[in-house]
Amino acid sequence: MAKILIPTPLRPYTDKQDAVDVAGATVGELLADLTRKHSGLKGHLYNEQGKLRSFVNIYVNDEDIRYLQHEKTPVAADDTVSIIPSVAGGAPAVTEAPTLSNDEVKRYSRHLIMPEVGMEGQRKLKAASVLCIGAGGLGSPVAMYLAAAGVGRLGIVDFDVVDFSNLQRQILHGTPDVGRSKLASAKDRLNALNPEIQIDTYETALSSQNALKLFEPYDVIVDGTDNFPTRYLVNDACVLLGKPNAYGSIFRFEGQASVFGAKDGPCYRCLYPEPPPPGLVPSCAEGGVLGVLPGIIGVIQATETIKLILGVGEPLVGRFLIFDALRMKFRELKLRKDPECPVCGTHPTVTHLIDYEQFCGVMPAAPEPAVVSNATEITSLELKARLDRGDKLKIVDVREPNEWQICRIPGAVLIPLGDVPRRYHELDPNDELIMQCRSGVRSAKAADFLRSVGFTKVLNLKGGILDWIDKVDPSQPKY
Amino acid sequence: MNDRALIVTRDVEDAIRRHGEATYPHECCGALVGRDGRVTATVALPNTTEEGPRRRFLVRPSDYREAERRSSELGGELLGFYHSHPDHPARPSQYDLDHAWPTFAYIIVAVANKSSHDMTVWYLKEDRSSFEEGTLNHGEDSHSNAAPAVHG
Repeated sequence: MAKILIPTPLRPYTDKQDAVDVAGATVGELLADLTRKHSGLKGHLYNEQGKLRSFVNIYVNDEDIRYLQHEKTPVAADDTVSIIPSVAGGAPAVTEAPTLSNDEVKRYSRHLIMPEVGMEGQRKLKAASVLCIGAGGLGSPVAMYLAAAGVGRLGIVDFDVVDFSNLQRQILHGTPDVGRSKLASAKDRLNALNPEIQIDTYETALSSQNALKLFEPYDVIVDGTDNFPTRYLVNDACVLLGKPNAYGSIFRFEGQASVFGAKDGPCYRCLYPEPPPPGLVPSCAEGGVLGVLPGIIGVIQATETIKLILGVGEPLVGRFLIFDALRMKFRELKLRKDPECPVCGTHPTVTHLIDYEQFCGVMPAAPEPAVVSNATEITSLELKARLDRGDKLKIVDVREPNEWQICRIPGAVLIPLGDVPRRYHELDPNDELIMQCRSGVRSAKAADFLRSVGFTKVLNLKGGILDWIDKVDPSQPKY
Repeated sequence: MNDRALIVTRDVEDAIRRHGEATYPHECCGALVGRDGRVTATVALPNTTEEGPRRRFLVRPSDYREAERRSSELGGELLGFYHSHPDHPARPSQYDLDHAWPTFAYIIVAVANKSSHDMTVWYLKEDRSSFEEGTLNHGEDSHSNAAPAVHG
């Protein structure tokens, strides 16, 4: 025999008694006897599965049975058993996790049988929302795995069109998608993968004007961009909104990943307060990238995103992961939150989004070439006309040797951009020089350099060899 | 609407509103003390939720015990609990329903932009299927010192 103390709201079921004498050797037996005597209690103490409801606390003397042996906790005659309510509630909220349909239970069964995910975790994933910046190399695996995993709402920001040169790594898109908008292609692919989820597409370039509004409805932001202005923009917007940023970046054979902007964690600016000088770090379009690499880094970003949503494991917060595909090695750097950080430090100087193109020293694309460019640039058609006329021109290709192997303009000489400063003596200042690369960016830098060391007759081929192939020699492949 | 009515004194109503405004944008919570359907005092309790106090409140067992103890001290009974819904209407959520106790009165006050709006009272149906809204009546303080708003 023992005594169970009954809390106020349950006394109507015990004939107003605040204590009931019951028989049994364990808490479970006592409660069974109690609900036998006062059957109205059963539905309020136990749920449909016959488990004690989460807000029903049973104490033996002053100890919660959750810290003893649960319902198997033995009870002696002089012990006092109390039913003590937790009172909980709240406004309708996102954490009011949606339930899963039978189809979804089947689909996610390999998650559901793991205790770290389970029904509760899968419902969290369904309630969660993630915004992918970019539907390219990193965005592809991120969006596909998050869609497959059942993240309920997936947003994608991109404004590009699928190009043949994307297909080597951007597995969201297929050959028939070339020429389509990346968003339309991504949406079809993701819908086919998992029709249960909501996909929001934003056909726009991310900017200081729209970033906060775009990010606001999402729980986690995944940065899959390939340029510094957008990277700083994503970082700052995440810090200002207090949203975690699952960061990844790739170049050639090397990738990086981290989680920035998490509560109490460092941000990208704690690591790199200032961007590198423009042009120092080439983009994937300039330097190339191993096609599988975004798969590896993107899947790390997706994994971290899912861990953040589930609240399991050790997030990649305060750690910077560097992956080298050639050596097949991961290195990890410790990152600390910088108290002097201009955006997440104790006295931030960046309190709203700024002009990131200017911050990174990238000139915004001029509306149309300025007047001076008339004297410094030449178009493919003009070049062709002059060559046909027999003008003596020297074409200097500043691409890399492996690019040279893909296509070239007849008669050009190869001096990769990085070699120009020590090899420009091979060039004759009396020649009229036509600087050329893939799209005209690197060659413009080379032209600037040559002028700075005294060359006067230097022209940059506008649009590079890509434009040359389009307008003059379509027989060559583009890349 | 069911036929249950709860009378709250002006002081009690003010105390609940002030508490909800003070904790905004987080939820506040507290106990309702009185007798025979008339709330004469409140006991403000700490919101100990670990799920984000903007959308959740939790009165842990030790604070529940404290609420029962204070009710007796004040010469009343524990009639129920109140909480706020920051930037949400004063209607119970599914989460409120999942965690509700029978017989208790649940007062919800909507707070938007730091100022309180609607106040409603709800009772759990016996089969736990939903809440029924009760009638919240305003009563004058029966005697001058009968409605202390106790902040514990």
